[in-house]
Amino acid sequence: MSRFNRSGVAGAAILAVAALVAVIAPLVISADELDVTRVTAAPWQSPGAEFWLGTDHTGRSVALLVAQGAGTSLFVGLTAAVLAVGIGTLVGIVSGHFGGLVAGALLRVTDFFLVLPALVLAIALSTVLPRGLGTIVLAIGLTSWPSTARMVRAQTLTIEARPFVERARALGGGHVHVIGRHVLPSVVPLVLVNATLAVATAIVAESTLAFLGLGDPTRISWGAMLHQAQLHGAVPQRAWWFLLPPGVAIVVVVLAFTLVGRALEAVVTPKR
Amino acid sequence: MRLASRLGGAALSLVMVAVLGFFLFRVVPGDPVVSMTRGRPTTAAMQAELRAQFGLDRPLHEQFWGYFTSLLRGDLGTSFTFRRPVSDVILERLGPTLLLVGTSTVIAVGLGLWLGVLAAWRRDSAFDRTTTGVSLTLWAVPTFWLGMLLMMVTGDLFPSRGMRDTDTAPDFLSQALDVGHHLVLPSLTLVAVVCAEYLLVMRSSLLEEMHAPYLTTARAKGLRDDLVRRRHAVPNAVLPAITLVFLRFGLVVAGAITTETVFSWPGLGLLFYDALTGPDYFLLQGLLVVTAGAVVVMNLLAELLYGVLDPRVKVV
Repeated sequence: MSRFNRSGVAGAAILAVAALVAVIAPLVISADELDVTRVTAAPWQSPGAEFWLGTDHTGRSVALLVAQGAGTSLFVGLTAAVLAVGIGTLVGIVSGHFGGLVAGALLRVTDFFLVLPALVLAIALSTVLPRGLGTIVLAIGLTSWPSTARMVRAQTLTIEARPFVERARALGGGHVHVIGRHVLPSVVPLVLVNATLAVATAIVAESTLAFLGLGDPTRISWGAMLHQAQLHGAVPQRAWWFLLPPGVAIVVVVLAFTLVGRALEAVVTPKR
Repeated sequence: MRLASRLGGAALSLVMVAVLGFFLFRVVPGDPVVSMTRGRPTTAAMQAELRAQFGLDRPLHEQFWGYFTSLLRGDLGTSFTFRRPVSDVILERLGPTLLLVGTSTVIAVGLGLWLGVLAAWRRDSAFDRTTTGVSLTLWAVPTFWLGMLLMMVTGDLFPSRGMRDTDTAPDFLSQALDVGHHLVLPSLTLVAVVCAEYLLVMRSSLLEEMHAPYLTTARAKGLRDDLVRRRHAVPNAVLPAITLVFLRFGLVVAGAITTETVFSWPGLGLLFYDALTGPDYFLLQGLLVVTAGAVVVMNLLAELLYGVLDPRVKVV
């Protein structure tokens, strides 16, 4: 318990730093330093006094690229998670609260999307839609809602079987009252935990899509940097300074979200 | 009765896969022929010819009926980049993927379940903390990045591209050794990522059983600690873990796509990458239908297997 809370606090601290970097980077870094056509430094420089994380294949500073990429990864991760968890919560509550044909059909669809590999669907979606940040968010959000839906549905069913909901119904409480006053408040903590973990998944998914070349070509992201590294042969050139920083950034931020999510989970479900 | 409903459910899922594959690539904004020929010099007449060739000039319901009936015959259409039937291209690439995914899954399941049992049995020990920490970290690592790292760290120790060298002797032994040599890095990548998931699943599954009364009974009988674990706790905990292994088959599929792309392993994953860089919508549609169909079938198998393994769950 205490160990989880400590790692949860550590995760939250890391996230605060990452958010700060994401906000400050675009204000401090001038466009010239990230413009391929205007940089003057030599490409493939190993870390040194001037560029302390070296330069990439075009002579841009890797440190600045990583700082600039934080915004994209966090933005996509957060918005895609909100979209996915939003859809999941809606589907879960509706299929849990209303019985009958609608619930059956929704459950069927949820189970269907639950087993399909989300990444494969996300790849297909982002291939057919025009490239851009919105497409990435849609592709990840529309394919990763089913686990939330399943969980919210289970919680809805549990709560609605409790006597106080029966009492509320007997006193004349309608659907809006039961959902708004009883189901939602009991679902919110679980949804928050789920959303935190969903951000972690979404950030990995974003980096994978960007690595496959499906990202927004006008934006710098950690996955896009690794795409460039693979494309321009950073591995055969042993350019570890180009390969390590974006990957480490992804791992650290994703791990931070996971730790915070697990700490929240321990608080929400105290019996463990 | 339940068997029939399971089979019916799986059949319905397969139909939904087919419908999804069709609409995903046709209800999208823009003309597929325009996007597929982007960057190549084409005249309006050539585009019209392509549209007719792929049946895109017909009304949507006719297209769907044509697509659906050919799908039932195993015909997935014609690939735009390969100029060959999609089913032929996919069959050709199936072998390497089965080899990579099969090897990695067997190793990952064995290793993951074993380590998961050890971690849960000694809960909160240094071993448990280390394995859980490493698993959580590996879970956060993008598969493709891990592959690139392994490639860089091992240097020239293992080949990093393709499945075999062109200059290897044609006899079976040297060919097998060569393929095995090429297989090391991609399978290591896939194992590392998937194994972490299995470990955590097995660990939490066994933790659920840890305070069950029957374990107290077993201990009270005077059984040694490892016998209590092997004969009583693990057999009960392994069932949900095994079903989850099957249910997370999609995870392996996703891992295979990026791993094969990084190592140029000539399987279905690399074909996915080829199809999306084209873009070759018909190939992508075929791949989507085939992989999603495979996942649905794996799930059905998991449910049936669960019924066989656990007599308390009656499937038939």
